Formats: sequence, C-alpha cells, structure tokens
Amino acid sequence: MDRLRRTMMFVPGNNPGMMADAHIYGPDSIMLDLEDSVTVTEKDTARLLVYNALKSINYGDTEMVVRINPLNTPYGKKDIEAMVKAGVHVIRMPKTETAEEVVEVEREIERVEKELGCVGRTRIMAAIESALGVCNAHAIATASPRMMGIALGAEDYCANLKAQRTPEGDELRLARETIVVAARAAGIDALDTVYSNLNDMETFRREVEFIHRLGFDGKSIINPRQIEVVNEVFTPSPKAIEKALTIIAAIKEAEKKGSGVIAVNGKMVDRPVVIRAERVIELAKASGVLTDADLQ
Amino acid sequence: MELKPAQAGTLESGDIFVRLTPAVKPGINITLDSSVALKFGSQIRNVIEQTLKELGITDATVIATDKGALDCTIRARVTAAAVRATGKDVWAD
Repeated sequence: MDRLRRTMMFVPGNNPGMMADAHIYGPDSIMLDLEDSVTVTEKDTARLLVYNALKSINYGDTEMVVRINPLNTPYGKKDIEAMVKAGVHVIRMPKTETAEEVVEVEREIERVEKELGCVGRTRIMAAIESALGVCNAHAIATASPRMMGIALGAEDYCANLKAQRTPEGDELRLARETIVVAARAAGIDALDTVYSNLNDMETFRREVEFIHRLGFDGKSIINPRQIEVVNEVFTPSPKAIEKALTIIAAIKEAEKKGSGVIAVNGKMVDRPVVIRAERVIELAKASGVLTDADLQ
Repeated sequence: MELKPAQAGTLESGDIFVRLTPAVKPGINITLDSSVALKFGSQIRNVIEQTLKELGITDATVIATDKGALDCTIRARVTAAAVRATGKDVWAD
C-alpha cells in the first residue's frame, strides 16, 4: 500500500473558502473539481483558483487530486498544463471509457513535465461512469504506469445504464465488483462513488460497510461529516488487529519450524489468511492505531 | 496594454470580487472595500498591484470587494480579470 485513500473529499474548484479549509477535516485525499461543479463560463477562473491554491496553501500530507475536464472539450489540455505546473499529485480523468483516453492524458502530462524537467511526477486516476467504461475497466487500469486508481461514478453510470438509483445500490453491484477486480488485477486502488444524502447517515454507513467488504480502498465523499464514518469502518478494530498479530506471530513460528500451514484457535491458517492479516496490520499502521513499537 | 472592462470572483465568504477597467489616470488605482481593510488593506492592495505588474499591466482602474480572501485567491481573481480584460494566455507565459 503506497498510502491510505479511505476518503477522497470532493471540493468545487470555484469555491475558495472551501478550498482553503478542506484539509483541516483530515481527508486522506482532496479532489478539487474543475469539471461538473464548475459552469462553462467560470472554467478559466476555477483553473486559476485551483492553480494558485495548490501553489500556496499548505495541505500537509493530504494527497491533492484535481478532476479535469475531458480532453475533447476546450478546457482539458489547459487544465492538465495548469495542474502539472502547480505540482498536483494526481490528475483525475472524468467519464473514462477506453485505455486510449488514459494514454492521451498521459501524453499531455508528459509534455508539460518535460518542459518542467519533472517527468513521472504526476499520477493518474480514472473515473468510470458508463457501461463501456466498466467493460474496459482492466484495460483502463493498466493503460499507464502512472495509474494509481480507478473510481466509480454512479450517477452518470446509472443514467447510461438506464438503471434506477436505489438506497440499496443493487444496480451498482456489477460495476463495483468489476472495478475492484480490475484494480486488484492492476495493482492499483479502487475508490467508490459518492453518497449524496447527508441527512441519511445510517444508509451511508451501511454503504461504506458494504464497499469495505467488497474490497474497495476508500470512498469518494462530499462533506467532512462523512469522514468519521468512513474512517471508523476502514480502520481495523482492536480485536481484528489482535487476531492479525496472533496469526503473523504463529506463522513466523511455524516457518522457523519449516511448516507453511498452522492452526490458530482451532482454524487452519495458510498463505491467504496471512495476506489478509498483513493487510490488517498495514491498514492499522497507516491509520495510526498501531505503531512499529507495538510490533516489537 | 489595452484593457476592456472585465471582472472575476464572487461576494462569497473567502472570495474577492475584482473589476478591472481602463485607467482614467496613470498607474494602478485601486478602490478596495473589505471588512478587514484596517488590518490587511495594504497587503491586499500590494497583492493586486504586484499581480497586475507581473502580467505587464501598469495602468488600470481596479474596484475590489474582499470577503476575507487569501493572497492566493486574490492573485487568482486578479489574474482571471486581467486575462479576460486583455486576452492574454497566462499558461503560455
């Protein structure tokens, strides 16, 4: 795991007040948006706002992501040029449907990076928001070594699919599972779509628990109130950490004795169980609830 | 540099509204309305003036209404108004 991405908070790129405060709430990533939340008449001003914010505001360890406009609009190339010059960590592509679109964005990023002498600095993530995008998820995920993640954009996906949005999210199941599988096969992160009803935190929590079980690395969020719930769900419980530590200690002991399979509390522990335990420990360490000192 | 009237920004908290028009007298003439003018007025004026000069604009009339904008927001809004006023491509420079 290169870093935690439990929460990616969307912030409109034309709202300087929100841009100035967003990191105070502690999201793992902030996604400044130049696309859907910015009207056509304000694309130029939002680009300048986000550029200056990235250059000036100290966002600490927060990963800074910018959602650009598609390259087939008059804004996409200018967005890339400005954001790479500002030193953004990740360019997020909207409505990605093919690997070729990723390659085209990569080419633009590299052109600007060559000018600046920093080739390879900027990473890419792609939002998948259509049936074709879901069909091509693995090709998109592996289209560039810069790819760090793929994300589901549910509203556009459902509109494209002619599906109805429901609180249960049955209509998203195939897309979610496809995106997790594609991301895992590519060795990159999977981010879930936003949940936009801030007055229904119970359903939000159920959705976060569900996508956590599916294997997602985190969730796109639209409000700081959602951060605590996601962190609670994605941070391993003391019980889970204890169990993982027991498994790892037991397997180390077994390996010393030349055995690859052991039993812990009456259950067989083999390699896949150890991998899951190691993931729990990594998450616990990255979440700050476990330190290297605890592991001594 | 020739200017046509242009504006950028909003009156929302944390933002600044900037209107740029051709100069009626030499230099950059700024009319600033800000609730923090007493403490930060000269700083805001400096950022506006510096930003315009960096863009090659030495004569202009600026009307600014500040709602507690950070320096980076002031720079962004002044640059946006200047780009709209001159047609200058800031990303190419």
